[in-house]
Amino acid sequence: MPHATFELFRGNDGTGQLVPYETEVSEGMVVLDAVHAIQATQATDLAVRWNCKAGKCGSCSAEINGKPRLMCMTRLNELDLTRPVTVEPIRAFPHQRDLVTDVSWNFRVKQKIRKFTPRPPDAPDGTWRMQQEDVDRVQEFRKCIECFLCQDVCHVLRDHHLHEDFIGPRYLVHVAALEMHPLDVLDRRDELRKAHGIGYCNITKCCTTVCPEGIQITDNAIIPLKERVMDHAFDPIVKLVGMMKGKIAGP
Amino acid sequence: MPEIQTFDHDVLVIGAGGAGLRAAIEAASKGVSVGLVCKSLLGKAHTVMAEGGVAAAMGNVDDRDNWRVHFTDTLRGGQYLNNWRMAELHAKEAPDRVRELEAWGALFDRTADGKILQRNFGGHRYPRLAHVGDRTGLEMIRTLQDHGIHQGIDVHMEVTIVTLFTRQGRVAGALAYDRERGRLRLFRARAIVIATGGVGRAYKITSNSWEYTGDGQSLALSAGAALQDMEFVQFHPTGMVWPPSVRGILVTEGVRGEGGVLKNSEGRRFMFEDIPENYRAQTADTPEEGWRYVIGDKNARRPPELLTRDHVARCIVREVREGRGSPHGGVFLDIAWIKEKLPKAAEHIRKKLPSMYHQFKQLADIDITTTPMEVGPTTHYIMGGIRVDGDSQMSTMPGLFAAGEAAAGLHGANRLGGNSLSDLLVFGKRAGEYAAAFAREHAAVAPDGGEVNEAARDALSPFDRPTGESPYAVQHDLQEMMQDQVGIVRTESEMIQAVEGLVRLRQRAARVGVSGNREYNPGWHTALDLRHLLTVSEAIVTSALARKESRGGHFRDDFPEKRAEYAGFNYVLRPGVDGGMELGKEPIPPVREDLRALVEEYK
Repeated sequence: MPHATFELFRGNDGTGQLVPYETEVSEGMVVLDAVHAIQATQATDLAVRWNCKAGKCGSCSAEINGKPRLMCMTRLNELDLTRPVTVEPIRAFPHQRDLVTDVSWNFRVKQKIRKFTPRPPDAPDGTWRMQQEDVDRVQEFRKCIECFLCQDVCHVLRDHHLHEDFIGPRYLVHVAALEMHPLDVLDRRDELRKAHGIGYCNITKCCTTVCPEGIQITDNAIIPLKERVMDHAFDPIVKLVGMMKGKIAGP
Repeated sequence: MPEIQTFDHDVLVIGAGGAGLRAAIEAASKGVSVGLVCKSLLGKAHTVMAEGGVAAAMGNVDDRDNWRVHFTDTLRGGQYLNNWRMAELHAKEAPDRVRELEAWGALFDRTADGKILQRNFGGHRYPRLAHVGDRTGLEMIRTLQDHGIHQGIDVHMEVTIVTLFTRQGRVAGALAYDRERGRLRLFRARAIVIATGGVGRAYKITSNSWEYTGDGQSLALSAGAALQDMEFVQFHPTGMVWPPSVRGILVTEGVRGEGGVLKNSEGRRFMFEDIPENYRAQTADTPEEGWRYVIGDKNARRPPELLTRDHVARCIVREVREGRGSPHGGVFLDIAWIKEKLPKAAEHIRKKLPSMYHQFKQLADIDITTTPMEVGPTTHYIMGGIRVDGDSQMSTMPGLFAAGEAAAGLHGANRLGGNSLSDLLVFGKRAGEYAAAFAREHAAVAPDGGEVNEAARDALSPFDRPTGESPYAVQHDLQEMMQDQVGIVRTESEMIQAVEGLVRLRQRAARVGVSGNREYNPGWHTALDLRHLLTVSEAIVTSALARKESRGGHFRDDFPEKRAEYAGFNYVLRPGVDGGMELGKEPIPPVREDLRALVEEYK
């Protein structure tokens, strides 16, 4: 069987280096298979996060030859195996060990977004009526497997480290799914502009490029949200009402 | 002495798939403090892999459906070894549990009149599975996760339980480690819910992820609770078979629900050739009638591809054994053929089965809208598990509850597709509710300090043997052995070899060593998982040897028929004297009169 070399990042808390491993490769293999083979025979303590190995859980995100990908969905026959394949942890979050990154920030961010709040049921039996075309758009957003590759590649988080001020593309998609949900009655436009920092996104579409689910993050989620926020924040009537309220309530 | 951090919760839920999340949400709603432990990150559990749908007799597509039909379908599919009380509660409560998800934000596919759409599935008489394309599990776990994070539940991510403690005859707590740093944690709890899923990693070819190592079943048994029906493992008929690295990955039954047909190398729809007697009246006679069923003709009966999973899997094995298999040892599953019947068939397939389209395109270079898939059986689910009370989900150990795949009873000898997603909602809720009530009614009992320290030392013991055998090697050999000797077709001689093999594997497992330190060390984690895998493997083979008949998921080549003398009881395993397990029988209580009448009525 042919062999290939994989350079895996080994180390703790951000310090470490690429370590080369040679392993056998066979037809149909994905990068995660190679990593597992190395783990089982050459590096039993190699840290790697994975679950389903079928592109459905979004656990095995990594940077393969510098590109953010799922290890389980990256076929070796797409890569140039005459040169070493590099596998590194995603970089927008604190490194833990080897290929594993501390992504807990994402879970804290989600908790700050106000939850789904439906209108009263449409039918006496407590159910709602929705047409398929009304749910199609939101179903696209709900395909998200929370792999955080979009967060990894977003320069606002990765390069500018604005984790305190910006929720990132994953959570803009999450807010879009709530705001465009046919049943949801909350209005999250104010916090989108302020707490969630939607203005930081300058629509370079890097997130859309890496989404393994093919969600049109920028075009279908972020841009429509930006439009809603702008319409709301700079609507002259809203502004006037706001000013009057301010007068009545005093400084 | 290793350092141990202590956490106190009224209710501790182990496992954060659908059942665990639903249990935690319910317990929290009752005002008790809840800890939720997940082996992975939140929202990554195996529920995410469920594709086809959640079974609930809402009757949105066919108004002849109701809980009675669902109840009798479940019993027929389970070959009447089911806990009938659970089957009753499940059929009655599933519709409300599904509608509740909609109130929490889930967006199921819709009917023309705006209701939740339902699809056909094996063993269900009417279209019954609420779904979202073929990613229903993702929709469910995300809905539960996004609802659950606002309920005040303490979530412990990437934490694995290694031991349960009991005191004064009831459950008292659990010892765990966190993956990130390898620190030990003691959880003290008044009630514990086990929702850890299944055991698929005991086999080589499986649709299950690394987490599925039978932790819950094994923890419960060592804590003194009983297991039942462990011989009944479900081999899903359609897993991917090629290329080798994807062997076992699930191909949803939804493909067949949408009209996909199974063919052998001669191009024959072999499922028409073997229709079990008790399904004959419900099964189409011709391909033409089968297609009419798929497109919703209420006068048509379902195609034989939608027979129960145990039967379809065995027919595939037969075709392959008799030399009529596909090039890589499976058979052909063809959905592309519907283009003969439907305009825009390719678009329809991509819309209804997007994940399957994507999966085959990306992993096997196959376009399922033009080319048949190659499929074969894959270890998918265990019907057996922790023996529980049907109403409360409490195990035979007071204070210890179980729900979802980790619990036994609902599915009997074979589970119908779609009944696990409804199982985890219905019984996750019940387990959470009754665990909360138990916690309120009982004062805390602290685990014994000596036992905790002993368990902690034991958990760290693989580090004392840095040059010991690799745990991966032992796991690999176990998977090969279970696959070959306790797989889909079983015989006494092979299973006796497996029993002997397990003794040797246990000796090797006791000597495995790990290198490196405690920080995110998968070698160490595998060493600890191995103990559970060995326990559940022993439970499976012990029960499978005893059941000298073929029924549901359990097929014996040496006893190929169903035998009446095995109909009335479940095999039950309890902790033995020397740390082993003891096999016993528990008779199935007589079915309540009104339910028995239903079984007759819908025969």
